Amino acid sequence: MWTFFHKLGSPPWLYAIAGTILRWLLPIALLALGVGVVWGLLYTAPDFRQGNSYRIIYIHVPAAVVALAGYYVMAIAGAISLIWKMKMADVAMLAAAPVGAALTFVALVTGAIWGKPTWGAWWVWDARITSMLILLFLYLGVMALYEAYDNKAAAARACAILSLVGTVNIPIIYKSVDWWYSLHQPASIKFTGESTIDPSMLYPLLLCIVSFYLLFTCALLANMRVEILRRERRTGWVQRLVGSAV
Amino acid sequence: MSGASSRSVYGALLRRQLTLALRRPVQLLNPVLFFAIVVVLFPLGLGPAPDTLSVFAGGILWIVALLSNMLGAETLFQGDYDDGSLDQLLIAEQPLYFLVMPHLLVQWLISGLLLALLSPLFALMLGLPSAGVGVLVASLALGSGVMSVLGAIGAALTVGLRRGGMLVAFLVTPFYMPVLIFGAGAVRAAVEGLPFLPYLALLGAMFSLALALGPAAIAAALRISADA
Repeated sequence: MWTFFHKLGSPPWLYAIAGTILRWLLPIALLALGVGVVWGLLYTAPDFRQGNSYRIIYIHVPAAVVALAGYYVMAIAGAISLIWKMKMADVAMLAAAPVGAALTFVALVTGAIWGKPTWGAWWVWDARITSMLILLFLYLGVMALYEAYDNKAAAARACAILSLVGTVNIPIIYKSVDWWYSLHQPASIKFTGESTIDPSMLYPLLLCIVSFYLLFTCALLANMRVEILRRERRTGWVQRLVGSAV
Repeated sequence: MSGASSRSVYGALLRRQLTLALRRPVQLLNPVLFFAIVVVLFPLGLGPAPDTLSVFAGGILWIVALLSNMLGAETLFQGDYDDGSLDQLLIAEQPLYFLVMPHLLVQWLISGLLLALLSPLFALMLGLPSAGVGVLVASLALGSGVMSVLGAIGAALTVGLRRGGMLVAFLVTPFYMPVLIFGAGAVRAAVEGLPFLPYLALLGAMFSLALALGPAAIAAALRISADA
């Protein structure tokens, strides 16, 4: 157990294990996404109020859920990097930011596309939508701060602090649809009590959410591999690796 | 070091910050002048109709206060970084957590309390209904405390950077938004005759939280900036 933990700090080992995981996980993630989306789009009944337009839920909700979870991944990796000074933890933190930002963007765009037929407007200043936009700014802020520093080791620590400060906002985003009653529908899936979504629609949605988590993991690992290569570009193992690949 | 001499260190720091602020009266007045100028922009941009302006007055004043707080925060540690006194704070015996408190307090006095006390004047110019004026002062006084702490985190993260200005605004604004929501919400509630105390209570809670956790983040950020 502890040797595994210590090995995580070794760039070549992490680079290799991330590659192995990626090779297995990516096909599984894509298969799950394919099944979930096809199931959701073709084999579920139209919603009794929203007709077929609700089907964008199979992209919108998973993207939004994983965009929020991605922030926690970034902040927890940042905390680990600050506390135990693990270089590979700040690699994970930095790799999570663009993936999270992209998912937030997808959630906002699909939300706008969904909003047009159901609410009659591309954009409304609803609590959940506005707070997702703030989430996008939080991700972009971390990326901008990293770029602004010349000393990249200090930059990573500064980003870790910023992402930890930002976690204060995340529970507010989670609960915004329940706390401020507005256009956005309240959460349909509940861990306790009855979900307000029919099982025939719920199962493909859950499958899509799981596949987005897997895809997030894949993108995170791929991003981490790039960052590791970039950081270790002067070391022997990277030059051997790149040399053998050419 | 004994407790008494620690107290004298904090007292000396507080006196130093106050002296620095009072020696440069123009800089002291900058937030107020900025506030006044931006307030002028709104009637020009939105149209001078008094009934429209009075509806938006509370929100406008809160947004302007937020902007002036953000601009004031940017240079909070810059002077100390340039002349090396920041390094003295970093190697001091006392915890940095407490050593940044005088900075925060003086920053809040200038860009928070001073603006809050002057805000009734601008509220009058924009035609804010009188029921909202007292709540405006109270919400600005509390909310600017939160904003001073958050702005100081942004300033501490970017203190060594040459092009930190816009970056601070970009980093700090998302964190200011909840404060703006509840601050402007308090004024709106008071104008509409609804209970406004819950809003002020939430601002107070945010202030307590910011004051408890903020200095830890500021201290950590300052140590990083000093390394970089």
